[in-house]
Amino acid sequence: MLQQNLILFLIFLPFAGAIAAATLSVHAHNAAAWLSGAVLIAGLMILAVLYPEIEQGRVLRSVVTWVPSLRLNLNFRIDGFAWLFVTLVLGIGVLVVIYARYYLSKNDPVPRFYCFLLAFTGAMVGMLVSGNIIMLVVFWELTSVISFMLIGYWNHNPAARDGARMALIVTATGGICLLASMLLLGQIVGSYDLDRVLSSGEMIRAHPLYLPVLALFLIGAFTKSAQFPFHFWLPNAMAAPTPVSAFLHSATMVKAGVFLLVRFSPALGGTEAWFFAVTGTGMATLIIGAVIALFRHDLKGLLAYSTISHLGLITALAGIGSTGAIVAAIFHIANHAVFKASLFMAAGIIDHESGTRDMRRLSGLIRLMPVTGTLAIVAAAAMAGVPLLNGFLSKEMFFAEAASWHNGSWLDDALPYLATFASIFAVAYSLRFIMTVFFGPAPTDLPKTPHEPTPWMRRPVELLVLTCLVVGILPGVTLGPVLNMAARSVLGPDTPYFSIAVWHGFNTPMIMSLIAIVLGSGLYFLLAKQIAAGPEGPPFLHRIRAQRIFERLLLAFSWKWPRDLHRLFGTERLQPQLRLIVVLSFAAVSLTLWRGLTLLQKPDLPSFDLAFAIMWAIGCACAIGAAWQAKYHRFASLALLGGAGVVTCLTFAWFSAPDLAVTQLLVEVVTTVLLLLGLRWLPKRREEIAADKLSPARTRRIADLVIASISGFGIASIAYVVMTRPLIPNIGDWFLRNAYYEGGGTNVVNVILVDFRAFDTFGEISVLAVVAITVYALLRRFRPGAESAGMPAEQLGEAAEALKDYLVVPSVIMQWMFPAMIVMSAYLFFRGHDLPGGGFSAGVTLAIALLLQYLAANVRWVESHIVILPIRWMGLGLLISGGTGIGAWLFGYPFLTAHAQYLNLPLIGKVPAATALLFDIGVYALVVGATVLMLIAIAHQSLRSARLRAQDEALPETEAE
Amino acid sequence: MEIVLSTAIGILAASGIWLLLRPRTFQVIVGLCLLSYAVNLFIFSMGRLTVGAPPIMAKGGFVNPTAYADPLPQALVLTAIVISFATTALFLVVMIASRGMTGTDHVDGQEREQ
Repeated sequence: MLQQNLILFLIFLPFAGAIAAATLSVHAHNAAAWLSGAVLIAGLMILAVLYPEIEQGRVLRSVVTWVPSLRLNLNFRIDGFAWLFVTLVLGIGVLVVIYARYYLSKNDPVPRFYCFLLAFTGAMVGMLVSGNIIMLVVFWELTSVISFMLIGYWNHNPAARDGARMALIVTATGGICLLASMLLLGQIVGSYDLDRVLSSGEMIRAHPLYLPVLALFLIGAFTKSAQFPFHFWLPNAMAAPTPVSAFLHSATMVKAGVFLLVRFSPALGGTEAWFFAVTGTGMATLIIGAVIALFRHDLKGLLAYSTISHLGLITALAGIGSTGAIVAAIFHIANHAVFKASLFMAAGIIDHESGTRDMRRLSGLIRLMPVTGTLAIVAAAAMAGVPLLNGFLSKEMFFAEAASWHNGSWLDDALPYLATFASIFAVAYSLRFIMTVFFGPAPTDLPKTPHEPTPWMRRPVELLVLTCLVVGILPGVTLGPVLNMAARSVLGPDTPYFSIAVWHGFNTPMIMSLIAIVLGSGLYFLLAKQIAAGPEGPPFLHRIRAQRIFERLLLAFSWKWPRDLHRLFGTERLQPQLRLIVVLSFAAVSLTLWRGLTLLQKPDLPSFDLAFAIMWAIGCACAIGAAWQAKYHRFASLALLGGAGVVTCLTFAWFSAPDLAVTQLLVEVVTTVLLLLGLRWLPKRREEIAADKLSPARTRRIADLVIASISGFGIASIAYVVMTRPLIPNIGDWFLRNAYYEGGGTNVVNVILVDFRAFDTFGEISVLAVVAITVYALLRRFRPGAESAGMPAEQLGEAAEALKDYLVVPSVIMQWMFPAMIVMSAYLFFRGHDLPGGGFSAGVTLAIALLLQYLAANVRWVESHIVILPIRWMGLGLLISGGTGIGAWLFGYPFLTAHAQYLNLPLIGKVPAATALLFDIGVYALVVGATVLMLIAIAHQSLRSARLRAQDEALPETEAE
Repeated sequence: MEIVLSTAIGILAASGIWLLLRPRTFQVIVGLCLLSYAVNLFIFSMGRLTVGAPPIMAKGGFVNPTAYADPLPQALVLTAIVISFATTALFLVVMIASRGMTGTDHVDGQEREQ
């Protein structure tokens, strides 16, 4: 149990530390560093506690159930390989924290830095110890995202932003590929458990999907480890602060890719495809990185390409996959992390103290900073592979594998030569680093005068260089056991013990090393002058920059192609869009129903009613007339629209739907009034629009007529085909059977709305409320069109006199009708549960009653006599409906469960008293409020524009005075 | 009856769609109203046409579902009527607001370039 919790602590402690660091003050340099250091050291202590168990070859696990239905658990496992890697991450992390404390300036916001650093450590550790491959990808992507934050830490610097973005795009794209490959792997193996996947190598390699899985997997690993051709993001990420580079781009993030290659080599490796893809890419990267590194002038650029090259070396070893190769790969992961971190830190010190990283300006620094210089020289020698240093040992092992391992392919035959070739360049660029920066004449014209840094800034470098020496001289005692433990956990417990010695005799690898050192030195001294004078990058090749290709692609993908697509398919104009929607819907429906739409052999044709046909002849004429007149004769069109609406309403009544008929009629009234109010604000259209007679407009109209006719015909056919089929028993029968017993009402439609499907109705009245408030809000800032702003012509001049007594008789009737309509509304409401009616139609009725008062008298008179607060009605309605629903909770029922019974009231008799009735009161109040609010908001525009007009007229007069 | 109603639905829909594709906002709003009649009738007709049997039953006793019109499409259409009223109102307001802001009643917010 303790072990399990310790493993969980190991992962979550850095995240907790990250949150704590984020809360610190911006200037808390020391506190943030102490906190981060303490967290990382606590992690190292946990690792020390776990070591005895792991050393015996055990795998420690900790499982937290997360989404069991998806077989997704927080499943952590730590074995020898993971242990070594986590130790490396945390160990270098501690040194980076110490270094960063002195590197970052007083003005940098430190909590952010340490927060991301710790979060990154947590993500990295999580990735290393994940026992579930999906979890592994999650942590993997987390490292990509947080590295984006870290690279872009100096976000005022455009290079940092670009570098961060590029790193994120490349590594996150790789992450998506990795996710796809892990999902496929999980499907092949039948489990997302890492152990199951690793032990199912045979099954995976024999599966037809092996190659796609391998390709996706390798893209993921190669992007992260900056393998050719995805290497270009790493040099651009050098815009990060140097501690970040030392941590991410030497020891941790870029090593995640090679970690994955080594980890999954038992599952995916051992095939020809694996060897060619992995070793081939690795060797290509090794050579390209080494060659480019020699020609870089920027100190960190040289180190970045050198890192790429070394990662290529590790990748090539993982591709070879023999026992010796895996041991060498793990060994080199550790060695490279140590010497490259120290070199990055040394480069950072040089940059920090001299103000430049350009090797053409730096020179003779050994005199000014002897200690740092010595340390950097030793580390660079380790990078070059000089004997008695750790880099030499793993490079020797690589040479040995390249020379001795054979599978008979051409790539295998070429390996020793390629390795030696790359090594020559490695020696040359290491030598260049040493010679140009530390030797030669004293530097002139540097931004700052270099001197030794504060001792504590140098301590991490000292410790790392010391490690290089100790491991290089006593490999068997220091790293040997841990290395074998790690190799055993990857390759299985039967792996023979692999002893590492400094001296193997005068053998092939030794000869290769010597050739590299001699030729490399010669190469540098021969080319030193030309390199310094040349461009940033190798001759000829510097013109082909992967970065530029990436930027072109990015531009094409994110800017050019979308715009082209937009130009081709998009339009900012509504008319073509609507046409596209209609045509597409027609196509979609036709495609679905193609050949499915068949008539029955003998449709059961019912009686034909002449009256009904005549009614619809009128209705159709109205509809066509409305369409015909809508452009130039809006009022006529509106009247004809009303005609079509009335016929629709009669149809509902005809076919046993009294509720619909009532509602449709009432809504028809309100809609018509609404549109009439809107007409006032539209531009006058007396003369024909000139363009209407031109041929483009004609063509458009004819095309639209065709589209409309075909669509209308299609809809009519579907309707006919469905209507002539017998009705299959459906859920409607259930509603009919249970409306009275369950809902306590005999009007089934009303019971469905307020009881069975009350939640839908609740949503619907909410929509109504939202619309009403939107209408109100839109109209508050409304400014009418210029020519609608004045008084309408009908109200001016002589006509105005005639209008004085306009509608006198009707208005008296309307005012007298007010109480009658209120009673009517109440009647409709109360009978709703049993007979046609209900909250909605009753509400619209009351709204119409109020509306008639507005029509009968002027607005001011109405509002001084009746207090209408539509927003309160709406709020009250929502509260009552919602409250009724919530009330059901009090009795332990789900939201909106209704209760029904009948009450015997004196004089009135039996009255339905279902809670649904209460709900219906809410609907009623809301409908009244919403309808009135909308109508009044539009009607008030006349008042407002009159007020604005008065203001405008008043203004010039006051100015004149 | 069925042939009359389906023809009517077709004509309402065709008029509505034709108007929907027209350039003036008022045409579009009338088109939407016509289209909503067509759609409401279409949904309603999915419950088949029954004359003289509204889904209002006696209190208690055995209920024979075949003796009544299908209440489900009716409930759906009732909701649809309310929502189409709301959208019409909203569209009307957007229409007159856009008219005030752009100075034209063209749906694109600007007159077509000649």
